[in-house]
Amino acid sequence: MNAPNPGALTSSLLYLDGVSVSFDGFKAIRGLSLTIEPGEMRAIIGPNGAGKTTMMDIITGKTKPDVGTVMFGGSVDLTKLDEAAIANLGIGRKFQKPTVFDFHTIEDNILLALKAPRSVARTLFWQTAAAQAKRIDDILGIIKLGDARDRLAGSLSHGQKQWLEIGMLLAQDPKLLLVDEPAAGMTDGETAETAVLLKAIAKDHSVIVVEHDMGFIRELGVKVTVLHEGSVLAEGPLDVVSANERVVEVYLGR
Amino acid sequence: MISRFLLQNMDKRGYVFLALVAAIGILVPLLNLLMPVGSLFHVPTSTMSLWGKYLCYALLAISLDLVWGYCGILSLGHGAFFALGGYAMGMYLMRQIGSRGTYGNPVLPDFMVFLNWQELPWYWYGFSSFPFAMLMVLLAPGLLAFVFGWFAFRSRVTGVYLSIITQALTYALLLAFFRNDMGFGGNNGLTDFKDILGFNVQAQTTRAALFSMTCVMLIAGFLIARGIVVSKLGKVVIAIRDAESRTRFLGYRVDRFKLFVFTVSACMAGVAGALYVPQVGIINPSEFAPANSIETVIWVAVGGRGTLVGAALGAVVVNYAKTVFTSGFMAPYWLFALGALFVFVTIFMPKGIIGTARELWEKRRKPAPTVTPEPAPAE
Repeated sequence: MNAPNPGALTSSLLYLDGVSVSFDGFKAIRGLSLTIEPGEMRAIIGPNGAGKTTMMDIITGKTKPDVGTVMFGGSVDLTKLDEAAIANLGIGRKFQKPTVFDFHTIEDNILLALKAPRSVARTLFWQTAAAQAKRIDDILGIIKLGDARDRLAGSLSHGQKQWLEIGMLLAQDPKLLLVDEPAAGMTDGETAETAVLLKAIAKDHSVIVVEHDMGFIRELGVKVTVLHEGSVLAEGPLDVVSANERVVEVYLGR
Repeated sequence: MISRFLLQNMDKRGYVFLALVAAIGILVPLLNLLMPVGSLFHVPTSTMSLWGKYLCYALLAISLDLVWGYCGILSLGHGAFFALGGYAMGMYLMRQIGSRGTYGNPVLPDFMVFLNWQELPWYWYGFSSFPFAMLMVLLAPGLLAFVFGWFAFRSRVTGVYLSIITQALTYALLLAFFRNDMGFGGNNGLTDFKDILGFNVQAQTTRAALFSMTCVMLIAGFLIARGIVVSKLGKVVIAIRDAESRTRFLGYRVDRFKLFVFTVSACMAGVAGALYVPQVGIINPSEFAPANSIETVIWVAVGGRGTLVGAALGAVVVNYAKTVFTSGFMAPYWLFALGALFVFVTIFMPKGIIGTARELWEKRRKPAPTVTPEPAPAE
């Protein structure tokens, strides 16, 4: 896919090795290792407290790991960068609770996310070029909010906010998307449509999806990683993983 | 390009505001200078100066609205930037007195002679030059805001903690400026001004010119603030106000955006202070009093934060009320009235005068507000 980076230490897009972090003595992540290949879509499941969100916090720079390696694109050490730098490298994140800018219109939400220079001076004198306006239109079409572009994002329903946030991720055009519970609070119909949307996105982006909804994961049909108590419990296709005794034990609390 | 930046998407409210301030800025000085005293249309010089003061406050309120209303930074120390701008102007005015002071020292202001100082402190150098003093009007508050913001925003101090340290900042400056050995006239501050650019500050024509200049600066401040808030940068700033960490995950360096608006706002407050001093005739450390900064917050809240025009309106309305109140038998109760006003606005008019007026207007136009959170089902 991409030309191999000459300074690359690994061919993986994202490479976590031996990552641990603890909060006030509680080990949220312990010895987590995970690799995501370019173009791959990966589902991550695990019971509450398994460390899914903390893992995303580490990748996006919100939390610094105590030990371990976090490499992006083979050669960039993510533990040395802050949130903005990591976002500009090409890692986008959708939060568990849909977080859009309520007092901006839907169109402006997309505009803010649109891949463009992020400096103070460049945004102060910003003029939206025709190609960028077209891109915004395209994204609004993909997330089916084209008719609502002038409405405030705060007036959207929960499901629509989830979609808007996915649209913002698309606008960012990241190399890697981290998507935290995209189907939470959605109707079955919306969930199915979200799966279709994510699969379309995964054609030219690497995606990590954290989800509880097994039906949704099944629809995605991708490799699954099961987290438990901050490390990887099992990895593989959903059928294999869900047949794993340890996984069943963890989920059912036996 | 600059005019496009300043006038892009100007709305009706903005044009009304600009027209109103421009009209006041032209008519009031004319009515003051041309109409004979005693005529119905004559504006007394004292009234003009009083309104000049209100308009300086309006500019200060707009500067606060820029950081509070749009960026969510509740500064409880904006009076400090206003006062620093005022002191920079005051220092220029002091140097213009020359040997006409009580002690007749051609270089040293009276208070320095009184303190037995032999020479001008280094930080007073240059203030005899008007352009230098005007530069300092911008630089002194701007630099303070930049350094303060640099540390505060980089360490991600937000919310009430930031408000408290801005309050501490202005209080610390209050204490510092009270000290005689700071070299700013201590308790008495700077006063007994004679000339500005060679014109007598007491003269009616000078006062009329200062009034017009205040209107010009209010218009300029409004246009700059508006240019900022409607730009994409303004959208980023609002995004920071509403969801700071989300903005960061989009790749924006939140601290730099905050630093930019905070510094611009401080410079604007400094200009307001610089226009205030020659019209009021004195600047002293009480301008740094925390209560002043808190009052500014009330003006903005009353007028409607996040509207710019509302902030200016709030400043004029509250200060006019203050003048009326404190010149009658109700004077002792002014602070109670101000407190009650703030409570009333917070509970019943959270969007302030402008926001509430707009809501009423929209309700009248559309009797049954059809708020549709869900789009109509596809046909």
